[in-house]
Amino acid sequence: MNNEFLTDWGLTLMVFLPAAGALVMLLIPKAEEQAHRWVSLVAVLASAGIGVAVLADFSYDRTADLQFVVDKPWIDVINARYFVGIDGLSVPLVALTLLITPLCIVYSWNHFPEPHNPKAFLILLLVLQTGMLGTFVAQDLILFFVFFEVVLLPMYFLIGVWGAEQRQYAAIKFFLFTLFGSALMIISFLALYFVGGETFVIPELARNISEPAAAGIEAVPLATQVLIFGGMFMGFGIKVPIFPFHTWLPDAHTQAPTVGSVILAAILLKLGTYGFIRVALPILPEAAVEWAPYIGALAVIGIIYGALACLAQTDMKRLIAFSSVSHMGFVMLGIATLTDFGLNAAVMGMVAHGIITGMLFFLAGSVKERYHTLEIRRLGGILVKAPRMGWILGFTAMASLGLPGLAGFWGEFPAILSAYDPGAGLSTVTFRVYMVIAALGTVFAAGYLLWLYQRTSFGVPTDEFEDEAIADVQVPEWIAWVPMLVLILVIGVYPNLVFRVTDDQLTSVAQMVASAVGG
Amino acid sequence: MLGTISTLAQGDGGFVRPVIDWHALAPELVLTAVLCIVLVADLFLPEDRKGLLPSLAGLGLLAALIPVLTLAVDGADRSMFGGAYVVDNFALVVKALFLVAGYVTVLQSTNYIAEGDYAEGEYYFLLLSSILGMLVMGSARDLVTIFVALELLSIPAYLLAGWRKRDPKGNEAGAKYYLMGVFATGVLLYGMSLLYGVAGSTKLSDIGAGLAGGESVPAITLAIVFCIAGFGFKVSAVPFHTWAPDTYEGAPTPITAFLSVSSKAAGFVALLQLVIIGFAEQPEVVRPLMWVLSALSMTIGNVVALRQTNVVRMLAYSGISQAGFMLAPLAVVGQIGDDTLTSIVTYLLIYAAMNLGAFTVVMAVARKTGSAEVSSFGGLFDYAPSLAVLMSLFLFSLAGIPPLAGWLAKFVAFRAVIDADTGWAYALAVVMAVNSVIALAYYANIAKEMWMNPAPGGDERPVRVPVSLTAALAITAAFTLVFGVTQWATELGDMASFVASIGM
Repeated sequence: MNNEFLTDWGLTLMVFLPAAGALVMLLIPKAEEQAHRWVSLVAVLASAGIGVAVLADFSYDRTADLQFVVDKPWIDVINARYFVGIDGLSVPLVALTLLITPLCIVYSWNHFPEPHNPKAFLILLLVLQTGMLGTFVAQDLILFFVFFEVVLLPMYFLIGVWGAEQRQYAAIKFFLFTLFGSALMIISFLALYFVGGETFVIPELARNISEPAAAGIEAVPLATQVLIFGGMFMGFGIKVPIFPFHTWLPDAHTQAPTVGSVILAAILLKLGTYGFIRVALPILPEAAVEWAPYIGALAVIGIIYGALACLAQTDMKRLIAFSSVSHMGFVMLGIATLTDFGLNAAVMGMVAHGIITGMLFFLAGSVKERYHTLEIRRLGGILVKAPRMGWILGFTAMASLGLPGLAGFWGEFPAILSAYDPGAGLSTVTFRVYMVIAALGTVFAAGYLLWLYQRTSFGVPTDEFEDEAIADVQVPEWIAWVPMLVLILVIGVYPNLVFRVTDDQLTSVAQMVASAVGG
Repeated sequence: MLGTISTLAQGDGGFVRPVIDWHALAPELVLTAVLCIVLVADLFLPEDRKGLLPSLAGLGLLAALIPVLTLAVDGADRSMFGGAYVVDNFALVVKALFLVAGYVTVLQSTNYIAEGDYAEGEYYFLLLSSILGMLVMGSARDLVTIFVALELLSIPAYLLAGWRKRDPKGNEAGAKYYLMGVFATGVLLYGMSLLYGVAGSTKLSDIGAGLAGGESVPAITLAIVFCIAGFGFKVSAVPFHTWAPDTYEGAPTPITAFLSVSSKAAGFVALLQLVIIGFAEQPEVVRPLMWVLSALSMTIGNVVALRQTNVVRMLAYSGISQAGFMLAPLAVVGQIGDDTLTSIVTYLLIYAAMNLGAFTVVMAVARKTGSAEVSSFGGLFDYAPSLAVLMSLFLFSLAGIPPLAGWLAKFVAFRAVIDADTGWAYALAVVMAVNSVIALAYYANIAKEMWMNPAPGGDERPVRVPVSLTAALAITAAFTLVFGVTQWATELGDMASFVASIGM
């Protein structure tokens, strides 16, 4: 049994402490910058402290069950409940979120991007944190939807106010794309509500639709399920993003301030893939089988397209952004197989991509700060100018291209492998073709990342920067980066750290799908 | 009422004095007393003491709220004058809405009217008269009562819309609103006379029964179309919206806010009473009509709003689009039970809070910049961060971004439409989804101006926000935030039910 206090309050405190911190900061005058830094750090650390206590108290021998469940009425009239809880799927993502945001605040400590204003910047980060954590613990569709949308506003402002030259365009593009997906998603949620026995609670909906007779509702026709899944596909797919809805991502990532890019890559993109596994697959397994081949196809197109686009980039940050498209393709391929193996690979891919790409964006930010440019051909010889940073970049690039022994490998390789033997009801031939194409993608990944590393870090510095003093890694950077680098290595050599937590829960999801199609 | 007249004409038994429930009439009576006091006080107050008038009007509105609350606590449904005047939960909820929204309007007007060389006493007198008309509308369940209420709320509004009489735009605002309004009233009256002809009664519940059974004859269809067209004007639904942008731009800004919230809500109140009680047996006629009005209002309102460079005009078109969202549940009326009513009332409550809030910020900013152009909002976040944050709250609430209240309003509308589970309903839901994305573009455009662009001409003097506007901002912001994360708005909406819908 879990601790009583943590069961009742743990998740709620974890989710809302950052928001409470934001409220406190609203009352502190703008000029008290030091106070803002500390309040925001204390708020996220307090939230993380509670979160760690919850994760420590979590029973890892029954990860398929929802734990720390709080189920209270919220908006009665529309039957929305405050229903939160975590299981093996939520744990790694909650942990990732709890880790990344404090690191981002530490990283920003002494250099807030223009136009400075730490108060507003940190308040937005805190609101963002509440939204992200809330999404990962919500078990009611409306609660999930609200948290899912809460992240939009802060991110819009982070990109639009603190971003690079094209920030306004990138910010509104990000906002409009994701909102379009959400609008269709909410229609799907409502349709589910009415066909699924008038409830928004995810486990209940899944149960009702799989056993309509027991729930006393009419069986939902497959055609309806497929349509409803389509709405969710738009909502989650745009967030991931799946090709061809990815076009907001390179702009948003490139224009966002460093911390914004890190959070976007590390956590926000995961909201989409998480949504597929948490909401779409368990509730509509039959429709998932219908959609899976198409999702798989878009995923491998994304892998190859993203990789090719990377090869054509001249800007380091934009290259990393396109690599996200490619990497999230692997995650989606894992999900599309609908097997426990593939889903495990997907969640591992989410965690690994979160840490590694987050780290790459941190590095890009630091390079930009020192060189005032990210144009690859103007950089060069980072290893000479700032050797420690150069090595870290090399290490992270290796992790990103999927070198065995580092975290990236466990996201990519199992995802490819899982396509060899897709779940019941899926065409083996099709998925094996996907497998081959995806495997080609890893070659490209090695290509663009090594090329990036070679051009920026090897050789001698360009004439422009030859005599300029470039500072090496500094204290706030060390504090922010070391945990991520350590994790890349630890997960790389001991992937069970994640698999052990997720396996039971994801196996049960896969079984739901399999039993729905009679496999 | 007509029954009384006919009894008189026949001369048997003489005049019977109708029973008057004074408690039920108390909100209207208090307001009537206050508006008389305001008018008289204006005569005797010296020029430098006119500042008392808005306080008096505001306190009067709050005083009128007290009997509304006591009636709510009492809970009994009351009916008078042969069922022409009903005080039920629906009436109480919308009366509370009109009074609180009216109070915010007074707060918004205080400095605007005092500083702008306008006649003060008459202004508040007319404003209160119009609100009185709205209170009556909340209870009106008879064509004649509805018509009286409509005129009582409209005629002062025509005058108020033209209050900036030295400005050609102000004159255009008043004239356009008046002419279009009178035309709409004519159409409405014709529709009402047809209804009376068919049903033989002016009472809505009798009309509901009179239209029941048998197939729809052209006269009935015509009557319904005319009545809905008449109120389509009031709620500024496309294609009856053409007055709105010019009137909104030319009228004093507090009146613009008043027209876009209270007056629109009054139109919806009447529409709900007519459609749900009066046309209860003819949903096949109402539904396609409402579907078209709703889809057109949303889409055209939005597309035109995208091209506006003036914030007030943009809010006018956005209000047209919001009206489209509110009409949507009427497009499935009769298929989803009480949800049509509850979702629209919920929407109205939330819309009032956020739209009044947005107008208040516009007024506060205009005190410094003297302009309502989008570009005049540049750099607001740098020199008036609180105003910028509040405006962002209101705008993104209007756009329907959680956790701000607007999402819940849109959600209940979506929920009502999807509940109907027909092809047309889903089509409308998709139109709504697409439109909520389009809407974001223009709301975010103002946010962009405030947060991301520099102040025009580098003018970063702070904005002085007077106490009354601060109070208006506090009230609207509190509702915008609280309604979004609690169940209160939906509960109020859910409470609002007609007596007549359960048969009386």
